[in-house]
Amino acid sequence: MENNVVLTARGITMTFPGVKALDNVDFTLRKGEIHALMGENGAGKSTLIKCLTGINDFEAGEIHIDGIEGPVRNHSTRDAQNVGISTVYQEVNLCPNLSVAENLFIGREPLTKLHTVDRASYNKRSQKIMDDLGIEIDVTQNLENYSLAIQQMVAIARAVDMDCKVLILDEPTSSLDDEEVEKLFVLMRRLREQGVGIVFVTHFLEQVYAVCDRITVLRNGTFVGEYPIAELPRVKLVAAMMGKDLNDLDAIEKEQIDLDKSEVVIDASSLTHAGTVKPFDLKIHKGEVIGVGGLLGSGRSELARVIYGADKASSGNLKVKGKEVKINQPIDAMNLGMGMLPDDRKAEGIIGDLSIRENIILAVQAKRGMMKPIPMKKQEELADYYIDLLSIKCPSREAKINQLSGGNQQKVILARWLATDADFLILDEPTRGIDVGTKSEIQKLVVDLAKEGKSIMFISSEISEMLRTCNRMVIMRDGEKVEELDKDLTQESVMAAIAGGDKAHE
Amino acid sequence: MKNTKLNGNTILLFITIALFVVLYAGGCIAYGEKGFTHFQTFLNILITNAGLICISCGLTVVMLTAGIDISVGAVVAMDCMLLAVGMQKGIGAVPMILIILLIGVVFGAVQGYLIGYLQIQPFIVTMAGMFFARGMTAVICTDQVSITQETNELFYNIANYKIKLPFGGYINNHDVYVEPYIRVGVVVALLVLILIFLMLRYTKFGRALYAVGGSEQSAAMMGLNVKLTKLKAYVLCSVLTSIGGICYCLNTMSGSVQQALGYEMDAISSAVIGGTLLTGGVGNVVGTFFGVLINGTISSIVKTNGKLASSWPNILTAALLFLFIVIQSIFAVIREKKKA
Repeated sequence: MENNVVLTARGITMTFPGVKALDNVDFTLRKGEIHALMGENGAGKSTLIKCLTGINDFEAGEIHIDGIEGPVRNHSTRDAQNVGISTVYQEVNLCPNLSVAENLFIGREPLTKLHTVDRASYNKRSQKIMDDLGIEIDVTQNLENYSLAIQQMVAIARAVDMDCKVLILDEPTSSLDDEEVEKLFVLMRRLREQGVGIVFVTHFLEQVYAVCDRITVLRNGTFVGEYPIAELPRVKLVAAMMGKDLNDLDAIEKEQIDLDKSEVVIDASSLTHAGTVKPFDLKIHKGEVIGVGGLLGSGRSELARVIYGADKASSGNLKVKGKEVKINQPIDAMNLGMGMLPDDRKAEGIIGDLSIRENIILAVQAKRGMMKPIPMKKQEELADYYIDLLSIKCPSREAKINQLSGGNQQKVILARWLATDADFLILDEPTRGIDVGTKSEIQKLVVDLAKEGKSIMFISSEISEMLRTCNRMVIMRDGEKVEELDKDLTQESVMAAIAGGDKAHE
Repeated sequence: MKNTKLNGNTILLFITIALFVVLYAGGCIAYGEKGFTHFQTFLNILITNAGLICISCGLTVVMLTAGIDISVGAVVAMDCMLLAVGMQKGIGAVPMILIILLIGVVFGAVQGYLIGYLQIQPFIVTMAGMFFARGMTAVICTDQVSITQETNELFYNIANYKIKLPFGGYINNHDVYVEPYIRVGVVVALLVLILIFLMLRYTKFGRALYAVGGSEQSAAMMGLNVKLTKLKAYVLCSVLTSIGGICYCLNTMSGSVQQALGYEMDAISSAVIGGTLLTGGVGNVVGTFFGVLINGTISSIVKTNGKLASSWPNILTAALLFLFIVIQSIFAVIREKKKA
């Protein structure tokens, strides 16, 4: 082991039913460093953290902690705290109704001779802790009286005061504004000077470069590499996170369309949803496949949700086929000929106990209104048509959708929206979690639909599949539409746009 | 910064106390000639509600954990019936009281285990408890059973023992000085009140109750034993209900299936008027005490008036509850705004 190392994890492997969440992952944390743990959704960041903090029980591998002999295996957050690993999550895990001091000391209060809690003593100690950290607050006030940033810092102070050697910050900045983030960074740097090893998980690239010393990248549950910050410019980081290898599927023939001549289907101007998407302008043409790229949390799904009315726009205008419209809720969008395949199909898409037929006709029925049922014969025709068209593999159209594989479930949801005969379809991660063959089938279908004159918004975290299907791409970063690419669509140009910032490193 | 200790919750407590003062003063002004101004009127409110004070303290404890116990009314009926029948069968007052307390521990432990460890909804668990206790009362005896001097001398004497107070008396129409008095139940209730107040404020268990109610997940993350804390809360509530049941029995001196109907709602409303939030984590027994006093004052005013139908206290309590819930949510909204 090198000197100064406070935590090493070697060969951590962890399997969930059907998925290898972590495969032989290494992680090394040194004293007094801020170490970013990066990776896209499903890369295994949270799984690794849960292994370190005792929430997950990993199958293979060893964790060593400075000052403790032999491998360490935690079985609860409490175990982890006892060996010096504390975690602060995005949601503050403190009690808002108690005072700051109580939050620092509850469960380990100093006692008086009468075995009652010694308020005076812990109030004094708490004030000292906060003063030492340079946080000027009155510790006898209830926690709820302070901003989220302060609450976050109180959580960190509690962790640090419990003698933690390893401080894991899991997306602590997601709900903070810029000023608060800066305050948090000041605190993090101070702790670094005190020799605490900090693991920082975030999806904001700017923040990684603002505060971290080192980066470990995971992808699909495997260890990609560990880099000092200076050796990994943004573009390379994005490449490491997303993987560069283009998959060698048959090329799909894209229709070239003339943007100036074709009809504008969707025309958004300074459309915005406060808190998630900054104002954006966007024109989508008939027969076009437009890709939306960006890292997870960059606002790519949110952009689509605003157009579709799943998040009601807080300001801005939207024209559909040249007509000014107001969309308050998804049904309005459906009546205007839109459809949206949500990215979380388990939560927002499939209804597991209904049959394939019922799942397919759901949106059509909603559009007609519940009082006008679709005749059974028509339903059966529709279902059969799409089962055939999308080659959905199923025992029968009356089988429960639960019994199908993920890819086939995805096709059923796709069929649901196709059945509404929507002119504008939003597909959010339509190929996630399905096998390569089905993936390329869906990609082909998207292109075919565009050829028929439908407009499609294709959102994906895989750049390669968007390159294969899209005519144009919109790039999102930190909730802002930063670029529109049409001519020069290459892996490199897209990654550079996603990464932003220091283009000089290219 | 130090002078801003006055947060929303303390303001609520002040409102409760102020409301009590206003109500009581109103009673004094309106019914002064009917004797409302006598100190004894206030003491009578305490005497009548001694049991309710104990039980409301118990409910405050479980409500702090964001729980509820709706079995308490039925348990009071069961306790009274047991006391009456037991002593009629010749069992002494002291053993009977110990049995009642023991039943409280067991009853609370079962409910607490189901709620804390098996994580069943407190409402459902204690509703089952309520049906069980009410049913058991009828199983023990379906008739009304009175406790008289013959049934148990000691119990009878305790019930009729007047603790005279050396101040606040008055001279009645016959020129006789009437000494104010309280009964044993009041002493018990005030003792309970003080002990629970200290427990909530100064013991690890007391603070853990607030933490669990504030955020269960956080409490667990901070290393508190949430399940055990809940179990203990329900045991404590049940024991306080037993104590309250005994105080109640000292007033009614009988056991009956129809007794203490809706008592749980009186206790809950007292706690809520006293500033305890049903969502947990906020509240204290001082507020609850004033909640009981407010309810008691309303009944007392209606009784003194003599002409108002006995349903008026319910309507007034409803209005007050409504008022308090609105005030509470206004404070919550203000707090959110301040943060944003």
